[in-house]
Amino acid sequence: MPDIVEIHDLRKAYSDGFEALKGVTLNIKKGEILALLGPNGAGKTTLISTVCGITTATGGSVKVGGHDTVLDYRAARSMIGLVPQEINLEPFETVMSTVRFSRGLFGKPKNAAALEKILKQLSLWDKKDTQIRALSGGMKRRVLIAKALAHDPRVLFLDEPTAGVDVELRRDMWEIVAELKADGVTIILTTHYIEEAEAIADRIGVIAHGELLLVEDKDKLMARMGKKQLTVQLSKPIDALPASLTSDTLALSPDGESLIYTYDTRAERTGITKLLSDVAAAGLVLTDIETSQSSLEDIFVDLVKEGAV
Amino acid sequence: MNWIAVSSIYKFEMTRFFRTITQSFVSPVLSTSLYFVVFGAAIGSRIQEVEGISYGAFIVPGLIMLSVITQSISNASFGIYFPKFIGTVFELLSAPVNFIEIVLGYVGAAATKALFIGVIILATAFFFVDITIQHPVWMVVFLVLTCVSFSLFGFIIGIWAGNFEQLQLVPLLIITPLVFLGGSFYSISMLPPVWQVISHFNPVVYLISGFRWSFFGAADVPILTSLFAIAGFTALCLAVIWWIFRTGWRIRQ
Repeated sequence: MPDIVEIHDLRKAYSDGFEALKGVTLNIKKGEILALLGPNGAGKTTLISTVCGITTATGGSVKVGGHDTVLDYRAARSMIGLVPQEINLEPFETVMSTVRFSRGLFGKPKNAAALEKILKQLSLWDKKDTQIRALSGGMKRRVLIAKALAHDPRVLFLDEPTAGVDVELRRDMWEIVAELKADGVTIILTTHYIEEAEAIADRIGVIAHGELLLVEDKDKLMARMGKKQLTVQLSKPIDALPASLTSDTLALSPDGESLIYTYDTRAERTGITKLLSDVAAAGLVLTDIETSQSSLEDIFVDLVKEGAV
Repeated sequence: MNWIAVSSIYKFEMTRFFRTITQSFVSPVLSTSLYFVVFGAAIGSRIQEVEGISYGAFIVPGLIMLSVITQSISNASFGIYFPKFIGTVFELLSAPVNFIEIVLGYVGAAATKALFIGVIILATAFFFVDITIQHPVWMVVFLVLTCVSFSLFGFIIGIWAGNFEQLQLVPLLIITPLVFLGGSFYSISMLPPVWQVISHFNPVVYLISGFRWSFFGAADVPILTSLFAIAGFTALCLAVIWWIFRTGWRIRQ
């Protein structure tokens, strides 16, 4: 897949000296969903704002569809749709008028059929003549998406699109994103919800303190950095691990009631068989066994804590 | 040029105006009527003619200018400040439009609204006083130029303002006194010599004088000077707006 967004050494420093972006380089493939994860103040929104032209970069360059966002901003911006983090809408406008305005702003001629399709896709068609102020928070978020899609963008930035929305609406959003991807739209979303990135992203980028810590295929990242753990519940708590069981990958839980064994599923041998026989040989009686896999959230927390990959 | 974007901004702003058409229409008609009742009939009947014109008719150009200038500023400043206030300005900044297109849309709409109010006041004036417009084309030229130039100025105020209080500050503390002291209700020649000199530093004097000339053929300053003054003010405002969009001052981080 060719790169549709090319960000090279992008920097943003404010007049007070604060560096929000410290030389971010990132290429985004056409048609993919990239999730940008990062704690508050990491630089996610600044990165999006700079690419979209809302914030002026202090260094580096951005190309969208091969068009420089400064030198050839008209062509570049025409390809971009942006759904901001905040619900920024004129309260007294109707859904249709605000969506129509967005389309016009991007120089696209009136197209009632196209707007109808978008509003129907977002379950907003029956609200088309309703004033924004009369809509629920979830509906307003949909209007923001409709506005961003009104000019048929090829790259869509979603800045925390599901922040503060209920689970049902979040899942609806994921479906919408999946449909857009099917239509060939490249999607870059920032989110605090790791499960969101885990559920819909093709690649994951982790950003902290204005630096991109990593960008990797989600499945590869999970496989590379994801740990699997086997928890063995004991019938009676013990004070310490028997000498025969001492290992770097085996630990006793703080309450002494279970053994926690960390292993790699991709290794030739996981060591589970040997562990269980050693446990039996040590005279320990088991009551239960369970396995768990570290989530993207665990990986993200580890990465941000370390500050580097 | 992205003309579709210009037209979209213009229509969007005009929709806001027509949404409150009753108050947009009633308010200037009512206030102008009150001015004519008080200054034209009650006080004006006891005032001698000014430069051969009845006082009621004399104040018509000044009243129109007073409303047109304040309306131009308030419409244009609110037009750009409101998107800043509620956050929808991101859409403008991320759209494939340049500053000329944004200004054409917002300032065009604000100037149209002010022009509309100006025409309403003129029409209202015909109910109260006998007036003839000696130079109708120049009257339209002055009216349009004033609407445009002060809408540009209002646009700058809207970008500068950080809150609603600041939005009102310049019109209230600077523009209104300048308009009142700019000869809206009197001829500059009626002032003592010192104040006549001081008045020539008031840019609004040139607008009202030129506009009044288009009605009655009499002016406080030469017509060309008035034209140069308003053209210079327009050019200055445009230069400031160009600089704002070039640097992103108060609009782009």
